[in-house]
Amino acid sequence: MSDTVGISIASTREAPWTLPYRGTVGMACLIVAESAIFVIFVVAYIFYLGKSLTGPTPAQVLELPIFGTVCLLSSSITVHLAVATLRKGMLRASTGWLASTVFLGLIFLITTVREWYHLIDDEGLTIQTNLFGTTYYSLVGLHATHVVFGLIMLSLLLGFSLFGLVREEHSEKVETLALYWHFVDAVWVVVFTVVYVLGR
Amino acid sequence: MSTTHVVDKIDETLTPQQGRPPLNVVYEWLRTVDHKKIGLMYIAYALVFLIIGGVEATLMRIQLAIPNNHFVSPQVFNQLFTMHGTTMVFFVGMPILFGFGNYLVPLMIGARDMAFPRLNAFSFWVSAFAGLLLYFSYVGGSGLYAAGSAPDVGWFAYAPLTAKVFSPGHSTDYWTLAIFLSGIGSIGTALNIVTTIICMRCKDMKLSRMPLLVWLYLVMSSLVFVAVSPLTAAQVMLTLDRYLGSHFFDTQAGGSAVLWMHFFWIFGHPEVYVLVLPAFAFVNEIVPVFSRKAIFGYPAMVAASVGIGFISLSVWAHHMFTVGMGAAANTFFVFATMVISVPTGIKIFNWLATIWGGHVIFRTPMIFCVAFLFQFLVAGLTGIMLSVAPFDWQLGNSYFVVAHFHYVLVGAILTALFGAFYYWYPKITGRMMSESLGKWHFWLFIIGFHLTFDFMHVPGLLGMPRRIYTYEAGRGWEGWNIIVGIGVVFQALGTLCFVYNLVHSYVKGKEAGHDPWDAWTLEWSTSSPPPDYNFAVLPTVNSRRPLWDLKHPEDPDSDYE
Amino acid sequence: MSLSAKQKRTVYGAGGLSFDWAFRTILCLAVLFVKPVDAQSPTNIFSPAATPAHSIFGVAMLVLGVTLFIFLVVAGLLFYALIRYRNRPGDSNREPAQIYGSNQIELSWTVIPILIVVMLFLSTTRVILETQAIPKPDNAMNVTVIGHQFWWEYRYPQLGVVTANELHIPLSDPAHPTPTYLTMSSADVSHSFWVPRLAGKMDVIPNKINTMWIDPQHPGLYLGQCAQYCGTQHAKMLLRVYAQTPADFAVWVNQQRQLAVRDFTGNVKAAEGQTVFMHNACINCHTVAGTVANGRFGPDLTHMASRDTIASGAIQNTPENLRAWIDNPNSMKPGSLMPAMHLNDQDLDLITAYLTQLR
Repeated sequence: MSDTVGISIASTREAPWTLPYRGTVGMACLIVAESAIFVIFVVAYIFYLGKSLTGPTPAQVLELPIFGTVCLLSSSITVHLAVATLRKGMLRASTGWLASTVFLGLIFLITTVREWYHLIDDEGLTIQTNLFGTTYYSLVGLHATHVVFGLIMLSLLLGFSLFGLVREEHSEKVETLALYWHFVDAVWVVVFTVVYVLGR
Repeated sequence: MSTTHVVDKIDETLTPQQGRPPLNVVYEWLRTVDHKKIGLMYIAYALVFLIIGGVEATLMRIQLAIPNNHFVSPQVFNQLFTMHGTTMVFFVGMPILFGFGNYLVPLMIGARDMAFPRLNAFSFWVSAFAGLLLYFSYVGGSGLYAAGSAPDVGWFAYAPLTAKVFSPGHSTDYWTLAIFLSGIGSIGTALNIVTTIICMRCKDMKLSRMPLLVWLYLVMSSLVFVAVSPLTAAQVMLTLDRYLGSHFFDTQAGGSAVLWMHFFWIFGHPEVYVLVLPAFAFVNEIVPVFSRKAIFGYPAMVAASVGIGFISLSVWAHHMFTVGMGAAANTFFVFATMVISVPTGIKIFNWLATIWGGHVIFRTPMIFCVAFLFQFLVAGLTGIMLSVAPFDWQLGNSYFVVAHFHYVLVGAILTALFGAFYYWYPKITGRMMSESLGKWHFWLFIIGFHLTFDFMHVPGLLGMPRRIYTYEAGRGWEGWNIIVGIGVVFQALGTLCFVYNLVHSYVKGKEAGHDPWDAWTLEWSTSSPPPDYNFAVLPTVNSRRPLWDLKHPEDPDSDYE
Repeated sequence: MSLSAKQKRTVYGAGGLSFDWAFRTILCLAVLFVKPVDAQSPTNIFSPAATPAHSIFGVAMLVLGVTLFIFLVVAGLLFYALIRYRNRPGDSNREPAQIYGSNQIELSWTVIPILIVVMLFLSTTRVILETQAIPKPDNAMNVTVIGHQFWWEYRYPQLGVVTANELHIPLSDPAHPTPTYLTMSSADVSHSFWVPRLAGKMDVIPNKINTMWIDPQHPGLYLGQCAQYCGTQHAKMLLRVYAQTPADFAVWVNQQRQLAVRDFTGNVKAAEGQTVFMHNACINCHTVAGTVANGRFGPDLTHMASRDTIASGAIQNTPENLRAWIDNPNSMKPGSLMPAMHLNDQDLDLITAYLTQLR
């Protein structure tokens, strides 16, 4: 990388000078910023619990989205395996795990869509209905947007992978995307706990 | 002062800039991903908006010079103070500080560029677009008042004044969208700065050997992540309220006006630390060089900076002492705010101790830093007054607060920035700025600053609230407002001197060489201006002041660290 | 739960004097600095006329004294250092001794500020508690304050009085305090109630109820204005607080409790004006007690002729001004939410004649 000439006076240590991979650090920074955004929406949700003047309450209309949650959290495992196999050079296995991740993520999105359809059509709950509607749709919607974005990136990666363009030396970059996906799943754990467990 | 060529291996064969068709040069700047060019574009952009923001302020001071004045209508005045505040924070403060960070951080850590050059360019262009969008509101959109539909809700846009029913039309949306985009640019650049500092330092530059400027930009950028994001979230909520009928801040539906205030100030208070930390950074570099002494207490300076960053996240509701939060909450925020004065004081004492026992050289960069020290001291002390919640119940939302925060923004931050301009201009352009013009700039500006902002405290003590387009006669406010207005003239003249100096020195300035100030950090080891690749050979460092070690091989810093 | 007389005296009558020593040493400075302007300013925060303002004055003097002391020491040292250690001609050949730090010095300038902070914090907490956290006495005068864009509504629930823009309250005798408790909220956006000589400001926020108390001890008119930006005419949402002796206050209350004047024998114009008024849209926004006019959007006009000002203190209450206001409010207070009524000259004269009778 660099020649050690010029400015150094006798350097007594010969230990290699290594710094973290910039993709990981950059993604960590992005995760911190995005977490701060989510925290604000979660705070709004908790603050307004029980304060709606009208309309359906969480206990009345929400059901635990067990299936979707299992799918989403499993996709964290599959994406981890995608990275691990890529590091070992098992390209076909890696592609398979990536495809599973995308598939599981899509299932999660579909369960969310179905849930919202039910809430809007059958229960009459929209973002305008009351404070619960406002905070519920914005928080879950923000998370779903992040899932969509992650799925787009993962699908692109899957496409490259199917063409054999993703190899062992790219594993750090793939891991950066995996980190984002883990973040999305971690946010879901929080949203699930706050909205569907504590809030009802 | 002696100048030393410390590296003989620098490649001086640069592409000659003269004789290239102008269009090529423009195209190169539009497409660039080089941190130095992007930094300069940020700075130039900010300077343009500084002038515009200053014009807005001048118009307001004319309106307020006498009671019941009719220079501008109330609607226009309300737009002026909104645009002035929004412009100065988001389109002057943030860009100019990110510009300096962009330029200096890679050079000072011995890197060739930022970690993500394309993200760097993207962040700049998004921020630039955001500013243009905000100013388009003066001429475009479907507003109700004169001067187009520029926002008139104040730079903190309290709910429910920003609800569709109280602010019809699109003026508020210009505010929301422009700042939302600016926030994206800020987070992008902050991400870049943090990653660059963590991942791209030159060999053996441990964190404990980084220049203090780099430390402060690390803390400032980390603060941006945690501070700007809440504002982004709040703006999404506001837009959902205005367009999708949600009820985040809709008090008629049980929503809370106070919630907006919390979210805004969770952003707003750390934001002012985001703005002031780089000012500390500049002073940390300039004062030691012009006192000919190492900074006193480097570890304490690092600890204090990091401490200020953390504590600043816990003080936000001192902007809300009059909201009726209850005695317990008020007391907590009093305590947190007072606590932050301890690390801040430590920094001031360390600067004092750096000067103590040195050989102080009063060139232009240093005299601006000296002014910074006195003015920041005063600003901090009026801040302590405001932290006493009962006193804030009188002083809050009055001209005393306006005077206090302008003391910080202009008296500390802008003053330190002027010092930074004079200090690094030779590195950036290869020419020295004129010392005599610099002194004219300094005295005109400082006299104007004090006329305006010292005397602005008094109407606040006499009961004058902020954001009023006029006032009754007989309250005792008249004379003070005139003095405040006179100071504006001096500040304008000083700024004109400065701009002229910038341009004139580029053409006629004395050649600077590598290291005109006999300084000690890595940027002074390369040519002025640096080549595109910054360093022919990436350096290795053994102490906090690598060039001191080279210039003083008999007594290097590495013996003491 | 009421306070004993002694407790009340301590809390309501003597808050500011607990910082006696600060007064003595710092008051001279304050006097030097603010007295010249004091005479001219009816809104000087350093001219307290009620206990909350007195308490604030006390702690303000303390913090001013502390910060002044810090300024003199630090600025003095800085000034000294810059002169003593300036570069002299012979200095350019060698660098000064490089001092990297000193644990003892750094420790001392960490500990001493912490001690100052603790002291200031405790003093501040005491004033917060004695202003915000005390229970309301039984004989307090209760007033409900409702902020509007751009005027103030006042309701006295126990007295059956509703008025606007001019707040009348009884004096409070320090020996037997009768403070006025304000319970405040807003009908639209956030405002702030600030009468500097009486108390610090308290925000007036929709969907939130805030309380504060004031106890002026000398009769007079105390001025202030809205202190939270609330829209176009934030600047002219003025406050006028009339502190009256108990006797005068009782007279005022009695008058305000009456229904509106309805007998206009001998004043043809006023009688006709009443008819015009009741047949116009005025009645949708304004209330005149005892008539069909019962709107709540605008100020109560039942006794508007008894007020010194209109438009929330912005305009003197004279027939000429009143007529001009009704004709086109935006010409006098641009951005006011009262629309121009588009009345012809004759109707304007009649309505003005009517309203000026509503004492």
